[in-house]
Amino acid sequence: MSTKKVIQVNKLTKNFGDFKAVNNITFDVGKGEVFGFLGANGAGKTTAMKMLIGITTPSSGKANVAGFDVNTHAEDIKKNIGYMSQKFALYDDLTVNENITFFGGIYGLTRKEIKEKSIELLKELNLEDVKNMLVASLPLGWKQKLSFSVSLLHNPKIVFLDEPTGGVDPITRRHFWEMIYKAASSGTTIFVTTHYMDEAEYCDRVSVMVNGKIEALDTPKKLKETYNVKSMDEVFLKLVRK
Amino acid sequence: MKRFVGFIKKEFYHIFRDKRSLFILFGMPIAQILLFGFAITNEINNVDIAILDHSKNVNSTEVINKISSSKYFSINKFLEMESEIESIFKKGKVKAVLIFEQNFGSNLIKEKKATVQVVTDATDPNTANTVSNYVNGILQQYQKQQNKSIDPGFQVLPETKMMYNSELKSVYMFVPGVMTIILMLVSAMMTSISITREKEQGTMEILLVSPLKPVQVILGKVFPYIFLSIINALIIIVLSIFIFKMPVQGSLLLLGLESILFIVSALGLGILISTISETQQTAMMISLMGLMLPVILLSGFIFPIASMPYPLQMISNIIPAKWFIIIVKGIMLKGVGIQFLWKESLILLFMTVFFIVVSIKKYKIRLE
Amino acid sequence: MKITLYIIQKEFKQIFRNKGMLPIIFVLPLLQLIILSNTATFEVKNIQFSYIDNDHSTSSRALLEKFNASTYFDVVNGFNTSKEAESAMLEGAVDVVLEIPTDFHQHLLKNQKAVLGIRINAIDGAAAGVTNVYILQVLKSYNKQLQTKLVQFSNYNEKPVTIITIPSFWYNETLNYKTFMVPGILVLLVTMITLFLSGMNIVREKEIGTLEQINVTPIKKNQFIIGKLFPFWIIGILLLSVGLIISKIIFNVPMLGSYILMYSYTTIYILVILGIGLFISNYTDTQQQAMFIAWFFMVIFILMSGLFTPIESMPNWAQFITEFNPIKYFVEVMRMVMLKGASFNDILPQFLKTLLYAIVMNALAVWSYKKTN
Repeated sequence: MSTKKVIQVNKLTKNFGDFKAVNNITFDVGKGEVFGFLGANGAGKTTAMKMLIGITTPSSGKANVAGFDVNTHAEDIKKNIGYMSQKFALYDDLTVNENITFFGGIYGLTRKEIKEKSIELLKELNLEDVKNMLVASLPLGWKQKLSFSVSLLHNPKIVFLDEPTGGVDPITRRHFWEMIYKAASSGTTIFVTTHYMDEAEYCDRVSVMVNGKIEALDTPKKLKETYNVKSMDEVFLKLVRK
Repeated sequence: MKRFVGFIKKEFYHIFRDKRSLFILFGMPIAQILLFGFAITNEINNVDIAILDHSKNVNSTEVINKISSSKYFSINKFLEMESEIESIFKKGKVKAVLIFEQNFGSNLIKEKKATVQVVTDATDPNTANTVSNYVNGILQQYQKQQNKSIDPGFQVLPETKMMYNSELKSVYMFVPGVMTIILMLVSAMMTSISITREKEQGTMEILLVSPLKPVQVILGKVFPYIFLSIINALIIIVLSIFIFKMPVQGSLLLLGLESILFIVSALGLGILISTISETQQTAMMISLMGLMLPVILLSGFIFPIASMPYPLQMISNIIPAKWFIIIVKGIMLKGVGIQFLWKESLILLFMTVFFIVVSIKKYKIRLE
Repeated sequence: MKITLYIIQKEFKQIFRNKGMLPIIFVLPLLQLIILSNTATFEVKNIQFSYIDNDHSTSSRALLEKFNASTYFDVVNGFNTSKEAESAMLEGAVDVVLEIPTDFHQHLLKNQKAVLGIRINAIDGAAAGVTNVYILQVLKSYNKQLQTKLVQFSNYNEKPVTIITIPSFWYNETLNYKTFMVPGILVLLVTMITLFLSGMNIVREKEIGTLEQINVTPIKKNQFIIGKLFPFWIIGILLLSVGLIISKIIFNVPMLGSYILMYSYTTIYILVILGIGLFISNYTDTQQQAMFIAWFFMVIFILMSGLFTPIESMPNWAQFITEFNPIKYFVEVMRMVMLKGASFNDILPQFLKTLLYAIVMNALAVWSYKKTN
């Protein structure tokens, strides 16, 4: 594990009225790490993530992402990160190619770069045959893979994935994780939320969020040892039921 | 049935949870009826005119005084030369110029005949024509005054009674129209959007595979809006009576029932729109672009249908709003009952059934 | 700039791909322009005229003949009783009932005067006023006929004075409503299309979730807004141009002023509408809300534009509200330039107000687009 920290979070909090969606969380993520961000539904994972990617302002606390402060330099962070939301967020009424061109364009890539990138991407995803089809007509798994690739278009330092494999079949999930590893091996930091506990096993380190707080943070192996159980599933259940 | 009630409850929750939309739904019609009830009138008041008096004597001054004391006109400017007319018309504020001939006074006394030229800016033909008529009326009056001492000889005199609206208030004309437009568009828009929204978000399929029948699904979606629109209609009727002093000569109950009929027909139209549109955007564009101007222009709300070219009079027959406006005016102003309005009511009823039957057919085809 | 181009490209693709919307954007408005321009007239024609002739004399028949001869009145059948006539009016079958009393002829000969009963359906007060004027004209001409026929002129020891009014209608001698309405309705249609499309645009992306994806990119707020504005601006200009051609070919509406002036004003005007639309779109959470708000303003803009009813007759507070109505300015400018041939100086006040409006609305549109919440 590299020692260089690309995400540093310090006492980050988000209140919605009286409700503390994210309550005083502190953690670091190192460069090239695959960081699993676990939690039950409504535990505050998505809110925390939205603060890190600069689309929600924190109520208090600090966070530094890719070398920039989320409170003051949110727009600079955006140049250095990729994001794939829980809800499919590419344009259904554009073709695969058009989506790639569009997002490449607004990240400021040149026409030439976009062209090269899209050829490379389509090949990697096996989407060359459907590049001129409307995204709406693709199966969900393909859409997810496409979203992930689009979030990598501009070679970001960190990619945030919000439940990227929700609703896809096991084979596609497997494939998806291969893509994640590949990205990580080239130095990209991966920050991923999920509630599939088997996926947690693939992460370098995981944190478990319960009611807005981080209750545990370590490698999957250490967590299992600490809680004296065999799988991450059981770790999770123990923490949530505590 | 129990399931159906549960479904309707869910729809109500949806609507009442969205406070902003609810505010819009009730606030806007109220704001509109208040605004338009006071502001929209096709009467002519305070039209700016200019005077070019070449004569400048007692008689022309008398006429000018008469004109300036009328509520129709306010004198904006006195001109010196004909050439000034062009430039003040181009500025646009002054709508008419009265030109008194050089010897207006002496001609009137000696020749018994004098001329006033009324130059109007006819880019707005309605204002131009009305201004011209009103000036003429004032001059006629002045003429009559001058001829007081002379026996007019044989003449028939009219005793005119303005029926149903003795003071010729334009509020009587426009309040029923505004009410119709609001109910029509709000009802049609709301239903078409709420149904296509479910389609777009994919929840419609879930509803359609549930044990509820498609008809029940649609009815369940529409029912809360019937309720909301009735409240809207009620508010509008109360406002028209208490704020605009609209009379209700006929039966309030009948007015209520007819309003419900009209609301249901507008909702039916909304359902029909939702069956032919795949996205909310399309539904909205059809209900706004397709309905707004035709309803305003072809319903008799502002412009008299009888004066339109014949083919357009025919087209106006398919506008539900036209029939409802006739019904509202009939009940409120004429005080007639169903014996006079059964034809209009039947047409509305027929349209309602038509919209609903076609929609159900379309939904069935989609399902098979 | 380059980034903006990508947004523009994307918007155009989405617009032209939506086959359901294309006819609504391009065909519906032009169809409405052609059809609805014929509806908007305050002329009162085809007045349904009926009578109750209780006299059945030569005088009464002569009077009815006069009404028959007038082009304004469609003489429907006569009624025997007042009750029948009343019920016909309640039904809406007749607009005017003329009641000629028994002994009308006798009275006229004996007293030189006779009274007629006239009832006019006055629900449309303005039309009733006009109808009344037409009736008086017919009676006036009937009186004149009586006087020449029955009166010896020697009875007059003094000649009455007459004031002759010579009306002259500038810019539109024949009082053709279409030259007035066609440009006005064109403005309404262009405004509606651009307002509704822009009003739905951003909020739609919000609802679908794509806006969030845009918000995590480093795109600048003004790049985004300009990219969103431009395609609709083009559509607005395009529609207006086709509309102008239609007004020229089908309705023969004159164009006295300069096209350059017209277009430079339009350029700014459409920006106002788009600014309002995008502001609404940013401000709302769902397309439904956006549409209600757009609808609310559109109805107010239309009915208070001075196109259908005169602004001068509104109460002062309402006239003040119309100052914020962009359509009012466009209607004024269009009329001034097309029909009167006004120059830039003539429309300067409208031009400046619209420009200010455009700046404010677009600043608001950029400001209200929040990448972070």
